[in-house]
Amino acid sequence: MQRIGVFVCHCGSNIAATVDVKKVAELLRVEPGVVHSEDYPYMCSEAGQSKIAEAIREKNLTGIVVCSCSPRMHEATFRKTAERAGLNPYMVEIANIREQCSWIHKDKEEATKKAVILGRAAVAKVNLDTPLKPGESLVTKRALVIGGGIAGIQTALDIADAGYEVDLVEKTPSIGGRMAQLDKTFPTLDCSACILTPKMVDAAAHEKITLYTYSEVEKVSGFVGNFTVEIRKKARSVDMSKCTGCGLCQEKCPSRKAPSEFNRGLNTRSAIYTPFAQAIPNVPVIDREHCIKFKTGKCGVCAKVCQAGAIDYEQKDEIITRKYGAIVVATGFDMIRLDAYDEYDYSQSPDVITSLELERIMNAAGPTQGHLERLSDGKAPKEIVFVQCVGSRCADRRGKSYCSKICCMYTAKHAMLIRDKYPDVKVTVFYIDVRTPGKNFDEFYRRAVEEYGVNYIKGQVGKVIPRPDGKLMVQGSDLLDNRQVLIEADMVVLAAAIEPDPSVREIATMLTASIDTNNFLTEAHPKLRPVESPTAGIFLSGVCQGPKDIPETVSQAGAAAIKAVGLLAKDRLLTNPCTAAADELLCNGCSSCENVCPYGAIQYVEKVVNDHGIRESRRVAQVNGALCQGCGACTVACPSGAMDLQGFSNRQIIAEVDAVCR
Amino acid sequence: MQELIRRGKELLLEGTVKRILGWKAGDLPYNPEPAFFETEEELKDFIYNGFCGANLSKYMIEAARMEGKTLVFLKPCDTYSFNQLLKEHRVEREKAYIIGVGCRGKLDIEKIRSQGIQGILGIEGAEGDSEGEILKIRTLYGDRTCSYSSAMLERCHVCRGKEHRIYDEKIGESADTRDRDRFGEVEKLEAMSPEERFAFFKEELGKCIRCNACRNVCPACSCRKCVFDGNQFDSAQKANADAFEEKMFHIIRAFHVAGRCTDCGECSRVCPQGIPLHLFNRKFILDINRFYGEYQAGEDIEKPCPLTDYAPEDIEPGEAAERG
Amino acid sequence: MPIEEGKEFRPKIVAFCCNWCSYAGADLAGSSRLSYPAEVKIIRVPCSCRVNPMFILRAFEKGADGVILCGCHPGDCHYSTGNYYTRRRMALLFSMLDYLGVEKGRTRVEWVSAAEGAKFSATMNEFVKEIASLGRNVRLGDLRCRN
Repeated sequence: MQRIGVFVCHCGSNIAATVDVKKVAELLRVEPGVVHSEDYPYMCSEAGQSKIAEAIREKNLTGIVVCSCSPRMHEATFRKTAERAGLNPYMVEIANIREQCSWIHKDKEEATKKAVILGRAAVAKVNLDTPLKPGESLVTKRALVIGGGIAGIQTALDIADAGYEVDLVEKTPSIGGRMAQLDKTFPTLDCSACILTPKMVDAAAHEKITLYTYSEVEKVSGFVGNFTVEIRKKARSVDMSKCTGCGLCQEKCPSRKAPSEFNRGLNTRSAIYTPFAQAIPNVPVIDREHCIKFKTGKCGVCAKVCQAGAIDYEQKDEIITRKYGAIVVATGFDMIRLDAYDEYDYSQSPDVITSLELERIMNAAGPTQGHLERLSDGKAPKEIVFVQCVGSRCADRRGKSYCSKICCMYTAKHAMLIRDKYPDVKVTVFYIDVRTPGKNFDEFYRRAVEEYGVNYIKGQVGKVIPRPDGKLMVQGSDLLDNRQVLIEADMVVLAAAIEPDPSVREIATMLTASIDTNNFLTEAHPKLRPVESPTAGIFLSGVCQGPKDIPETVSQAGAAAIKAVGLLAKDRLLTNPCTAAADELLCNGCSSCENVCPYGAIQYVEKVVNDHGIRESRRVAQVNGALCQGCGACTVACPSGAMDLQGFSNRQIIAEVDAVCR
Repeated sequence: MQELIRRGKELLLEGTVKRILGWKAGDLPYNPEPAFFETEEELKDFIYNGFCGANLSKYMIEAARMEGKTLVFLKPCDTYSFNQLLKEHRVEREKAYIIGVGCRGKLDIEKIRSQGIQGILGIEGAEGDSEGEILKIRTLYGDRTCSYSSAMLERCHVCRGKEHRIYDEKIGESADTRDRDRFGEVEKLEAMSPEERFAFFKEELGKCIRCNACRNVCPACSCRKCVFDGNQFDSAQKANADAFEEKMFHIIRAFHVAGRCTDCGECSRVCPQGIPLHLFNRKFILDINRFYGEYQAGEDIEKPCPLTDYAPEDIEPGEAAERG
Repeated sequence: MPIEEGKEFRPKIVAFCCNWCSYAGADLAGSSRLSYPAEVKIIRVPCSCRVNPMFILRAFEKGADGVILCGCHPGDCHYSTGNYYTRRRMALLFSMLDYLGVEKGRTRVEWVSAAEGAKFSATMNEFVKEIASLGRNVRLGDLRCRN
């Protein structure tokens, strides 16, 4: 029989306001095995933990139940408390009477009753708890960063600077990401490329960083400290070791029809290309879909002009398999597709563009060499309308419920830059709210309004109607003046919502990292562990976790790096002892468990067993505790009940079921 | 039958096999029982006739632990069970010499009795190799007859075909006996209202005496120790403490064999209370076919069992209850 | 939220929640103060695939009126594939219970992510309502007794 201590936490008034904690402690005192029961305002506090430790020592407790907040919050805390007091940490169970009780029920009597039942279930479970000992696993001292934008670059640099090997995987031919596409950055208006490219060069030159551009993560297995990842290095058709980056091939390539991804499809590029002039690595790739040689077999101009002999039409995709201790996701974002927003005439009118397209138009390396002009007729616009929140803060299914966070500021930037360079252009911004929390952000926005005379109208645009003469009639409402507004614009810029890069879904699935309804990766804790995924060993960097601007991205990238470094700095990790175990006397040897195990943790061996005096050789299942992650799939696949899960055993769950149904 | 004995003797004498697993005559003309034969002498009790419904594959688990090869006679349907056991590593192929025996359907004494034939002393025409279409039955009240087909086990009317899935050699001819839809009974139940179904199963399960005959005969229920005999689930067999336990037993038993049950029909054949237990298993088989594509346990040993397999686009449980 | 004040019947509901998604979703429902009836009692399991049909039947045996199983959305399982097995197992088990004449509504599988506190709460409210309308679980407890 166990000697169980019950500790009921008030959590200040969080629990005590709705649950009669004294009564809970009193009623649980008579449960089987319970020899001690008390309540305290803050069990997780130093003093509360001391009370627990004291009781464990004084009453020789063999198990404890803490009725408190969610085990996801403080299970680890109380396990440590128990361990310090000499109790096996796995002899601790938590009854979640806050999230699952006091916070959701108003009626005190009802909530108290439920808290008692939850406590009973925990007591029933502790009664069947057995001391468990974690195993150990080694840590592979190498990190993988997925995504080569500013987030991934910064994370990779920080990890590498701490002295660990990093592989940076980027699916496009060059690192740089979205930031490389931007012209200027707010609120300082420095040139985006000027501050990004040195970092790109640093990453490429760093002895601890290996770049895998034009590559994608294909398969991930393993667990924290021991991931095995397959990376597909797509065929570049150019030998990276030979190419000198002279650019002659791109110049001579006769195929010019491929839309430039870097310029958001606003112009075209050659079939053999680097996305932009400062690309890293400065080695082109052949876009086999558009290459004449690949399409017809005739051409080969690039091979002829390449003096280095770097062109290799026969090159094949390569799979690289590597082990990593930590993985950082930095997959970034894209703008949402605007097909569903027909009212803005985006799909039909070339002069209705997104903000990212405007970035390219304003950029000297962009499709118009930096001249602000209409894409339809090349004329300089006289009147530009910016529309905010296109698809952001959107209640309907077309858009996103969240605020994209960066649009207010970049629109102020765009408006200011245009007014600065072209003072005769009229700029109007339609907004719902202007949100400028951030250092020097509001000052920046005020300058746009006060110094640059940008016309801000609070209200939404209902419709953009193209006129035969090329003008765009923008119909909107001015909510402050309560009137309809009609503007004859030459250009309309839509601040489209940003969303996680579509590739993140598949990556999250491979990593078994959880993802929210908007495809943003979920944090282990929204406030206290914002750069870690709930899946151990997976860290989050940049917009894949939620909308953020460049400085925030860079700080989060650094935070993710230090978390990864913290993991890589360890030589060994303790493994979860809540693993499956097979009773060899009950095992039929049928392989059902082996067939459902996602980790290959179950092996069958021929073994001589002694079954009540009968010695015979049997085929029995054996679980490798280092590989088993404790999901329990095998326990249900096993018809004989030979396979059980430590810490969540059949009898324990049955006891909990009985307790809650009592 | 004589051919089986002759070949058995031959294999025994030449030392190919150490023993023979077959059927021997029981104390009544219609209840032969599975038996091991180790000598030529013992073979005089060997029998193979229409009442040899018993599926011998489960006994091969025991045989796998014995020394040397065992000759086993398997009817076409029994070979599915053998294959399934092979897949689950319960029997050893090298320890088995399989003679596939012909089958023209097996008999159910209850089917004869239910035709009003009582006081049975002897039955003619039930021999495995006879061509008779009519059974001649000697009873205390004189001679009676009934057609072979009308006395057949339910399972033979829905036979999956007379092809042996695994064998070393074959003896005897088979005759197709399938004349009903295998899932007809299940679909009929499905068409009823929940209340009617509940009433039906309540009546049937109410007959259960927990004798475990179904479990003991079932080739899929071959656990060394059944969960209902262990304490991991607090479900150790005892005098049933409450009405729930039979239900739990039968649902869980069917669930544990789901995807593994070959539909050999032994459970229903041996139930002393005449509970149509195959209706549980066949429901699972039908649902598996519907939800995950046609699957026949024991057909081959490579295909994964539907319950240890999945497809990302699988049906949702809520939807399944609607469709099933 | 107490169901239908003044009425006698208060169903017993057992909710098995996987640790990674649904239990976290329940926590989020809690911290967001999204209420659901106190009749729901959550049992934490590492993964929905840990839930043995024995547990579900046991709950009914011991007087539960409804059992709900919550796990990560298919494809998002913390253990990659656990919920895929759950889906097959429960599809078959629930179909069997329905076949035996047990009310369909008494068992349910719902995928709730860690971010779906609102869904968790809404699901529980709705499930309790459904079970309350079905009334006490008589059939599963009574399948054997002959009239």
